Amino acid sequence: MITLKVNGQERSVNADPDTPILWVLRDELGLVGTKFGCGLAQCGSCTVHMNGKTIRSCSTPIASAAGAEITTIEGLANADGTLHPVQQAWIDLDVAQCGYCQAGQMMSAAALLRDNPKPTDADIDQAMFGNLCRCGTYTRIRAAIHAAASKLA
Amino acid sequence: MNKIVTAAAQADAYFAELIREFETAPLSRRSLDRRSLFKLGGGAAGLVLAFSLVRGREAEAAVPAAGDPALNAYIRIAPDGKIQILAKNPEVGQGVKTSLPMIVADELDAAWSDVHIEMAPVNSALYGRQIAGGSTSIPMSWDILRQAGAAGRAMLIKAAAKEWKVPESELTTADSHVIHAASNREIGYGALASKAAQVPVPDPATLKLKTPDQWKIIGTSVTGVDNHALVTGKPLFGIDQKIDGMLYATYEKCPAVGGKVVSANLDEIKKMPGVTDAFVLEGNGVVTDLMPGVAIVANSTWAALRAKSALQVTWDETSASKDSWSALTKQALDLSGKPGKDVVHKAGDVDAALAGAAKTVEAFYSYPFVSHANMEPQNCTAWVQGDKAEVWAPTQTPERGQQAVAKVLGLPNEAVTLHMVRGGGGFGRRLTNDFACEAAAISQRTGTPIKLTWTREDDMRHDFYRAGGFHWLKAGLDANGKLVAWRHHNIGFSADGKAPVIGSGIPPSEFPLPMVANGELSQTLLPLMTPCGAWRAPKSNVVAFVVQGFIHELATAAGRDHLEFLLEVMGEPKHLPPGNMQAMHTGRAAGVIKLAAEKAGWGRQLPKGHGLGIAFYFSHAGHFAEVAEVSVEADKTVNIHKVWVAADIGPIINPSSTINQIEGSIIDGISTMHLELGIEDGRIREGNFHEYPLLRIGQSPKIEVHFAKTDYPPTGAGEPAFPPLAPAVANAVFAASGRRIRSLPMMKDGAFV
Repeated sequence: MITLKVNGQERSVNADPDTPILWVLRDELGLVGTKFGCGLAQCGSCTVHMNGKTIRSCSTPIASAAGAEITTIEGLANADGTLHPVQQAWIDLDVAQCGYCQAGQMMSAAALLRDNPKPTDADIDQAMFGNLCRCGTYTRIRAAIHAAASKLA
Repeated sequence: MNKIVTAAAQADAYFAELIREFETAPLSRRSLDRRSLFKLGGGAAGLVLAFSLVRGREAEAAVPAAGDPALNAYIRIAPDGKIQILAKNPEVGQGVKTSLPMIVADELDAAWSDVHIEMAPVNSALYGRQIAGGSTSIPMSWDILRQAGAAGRAMLIKAAAKEWKVPESELTTADSHVIHAASNREIGYGALASKAAQVPVPDPATLKLKTPDQWKIIGTSVTGVDNHALVTGKPLFGIDQKIDGMLYATYEKCPAVGGKVVSANLDEIKKMPGVTDAFVLEGNGVVTDLMPGVAIVANSTWAALRAKSALQVTWDETSASKDSWSALTKQALDLSGKPGKDVVHKAGDVDAALAGAAKTVEAFYSYPFVSHANMEPQNCTAWVQGDKAEVWAPTQTPERGQQAVAKVLGLPNEAVTLHMVRGGGGFGRRLTNDFACEAAAISQRTGTPIKLTWTREDDMRHDFYRAGGFHWLKAGLDANGKLVAWRHHNIGFSADGKAPVIGSGIPPSEFPLPMVANGELSQTLLPLMTPCGAWRAPKSNVVAFVVQGFIHELATAAGRDHLEFLLEVMGEPKHLPPGNMQAMHTGRAAGVIKLAAEKAGWGRQLPKGHGLGIAFYFSHAGHFAEVAEVSVEADKTVNIHKVWVAADIGPIINPSSTINQIEGSIIDGISTMHLELGIEDGRIREGNFHEYPLLRIGQSPKIEVHFAKTDYPPTGAGEPAFPPLAPAVANAVFAASGRRIRSLPMMKDGAFV
């Protein structure tokens, strides 16, 4: 039994210690917003925050999350349902095409803005390098991060 | 003839039938009369519309949320004024779950804020062809959806006229209300819905459709209807489905397509933690249905994946693919330098014209196999309970999926219910339903609901690939630098020894053949077993690179400006062939070529080391011209700074999603220029993104999109923006550096190969 905090709630999970956090979230906790893309930390679809830092949950075993605080896309908005500026910008700019990678994109973007509230294009390109989008929504991702940044200011 | 039916032949037969479906269905159903509506015998178009508009038992039964009054198969209005519009085609990122209902809502004169969207059930009798493919959703639904909306509006007006005892002609509508200006009264659609539902369905011929200046929703940017659910992580995709008691499955097939299972370490696998079962499926041997393999079923995805990595299978590869890309390349090179035996098109006297030409140019082009690489790996959730089955499939062809699953299970089609769920990328991969067949077969065996998840490696190595190919071209220019002779030898692939696999053939109508007096197209088809499929703008996505690059070579050899040369080849404005309104129109082509050139500042002074390249391509009824600005550094690094796109695809339903599709096509185009799959001993070399590096954010250029104003009906945007990108970039690289790119991938790690 491993205990951790997911989106502010204490959770105890039964998964084997080698189970990637991704599959605990999706299969055991029913939080399917975090996506499986590659299983090798190559695409970023599975990005979540662990103790405030982005991790690739497909390649991080649950054992390493004991006692940690995990935030997933389901926990990005405020408790009252007010969306995080990144989520709102993603809607306002109609960023998604298929949308599959976008939870990972938003988690990376939210982490970027927390550390750097006014990122340049170069900052964005660097912070978002690990998140693939097969549909090619990069132009809008960049624009949405700038839009979210302007709201955070 | 080899009596083994190859995987490629099966895939090709499947796609040939699908393409026939695309081609034989009219792009736009423009003339529906009363007879075709009521007799139900006036051809398929009339039949579909009739069922859609009539609130028959079929419509009642098919539309979910039964209870609220249905005006037709697309529209339900609740007493509180909430309007439900059904989205008929699968959503895989092309935006049709938003754009198709926008058409209905506009003609209904609904306020978009009152509208909520649900997926329609799979029911081709009611909804016609429900496919996400060929960029056909908009053109094939345009008239029907407008009529569905207008019919609903007419019924609401009739109901209000009766209620208020005023003539219909005195009533107008706006924002989900019927308005009687003379008495200053208005009533919401919700209050009228139950009465409107009793009004006889109007004859489509009597419906007055809006003129473009009356559109309120069409032409405005509307954010995707699933966006809130997407950004909050709600279960939307195939892979997100969950059913009580569900188990998790993986499926291992032979790495060389066509191999069969001899033995596997099943006993060992079954002992692994979390594994509930492991077994061999023989399959029906049809690559688009169910190929032989080993299924592992477990109580979590991870337990299934962990067991899969410990799985050891001995394969019988007697009938399996032995395809080798290096061997095929060698064969193609041997065939280069001369025409092929199989002549597809011949006009004039090419030999004489080449002999008499002032200048000739000769080139060999090639490009590799590529994968669809959907971000969401193939998956499906299935529950087979005795003589009925339910599947939740992220498919682009739901009806075909239902039929394929029924066939594999040995059940009648009606016994299979297929739910359309959002697909994490399509690009043509999900036109086949192999993943659904696998999930259904596994559930049939276990008797439990299961979710099958492919690994990334499964996805990349068991795809229906974009075929690679080779081209030898020779053309002649006269003393004035005019194109006088064109010879093209297309070296592609065939699965059956007769027809090209999908994407490997070039039709005689291919530009510029119809404009060249002395023109010849021949082909040689090499045998292939690797399954090929429809990949975003099949055929066009590669032929554009070859033909538009070679035209630039000719302009360069003639010492002429490429833009001017390209416009000269277009000639006078006409349809090709004449009389076909859906065909390429040289005037529309010239229009977008000039628009792209103007926006990019063609001919302007460029920074040192920079170059501009232009290319045009017509596909999927869309005319697209693109200009790329690149710079090439001393170490051969290519930087793509900006791409200008000019499109003529008729009026734009949802500019936001259309521009997104076009920007995505540009980025996909650049991405694909970097990508290749190796094939040796029937096996695909690449398995994951570190070996198949899709473009990342920092490598994407600025993109500017412009639309030509046009009176043509709207056509699709998912595919036709893709083809011109590669030749535009290749031509720009030549302009910047003098290096001619005739082979893809044209760059690796940002530099020439």
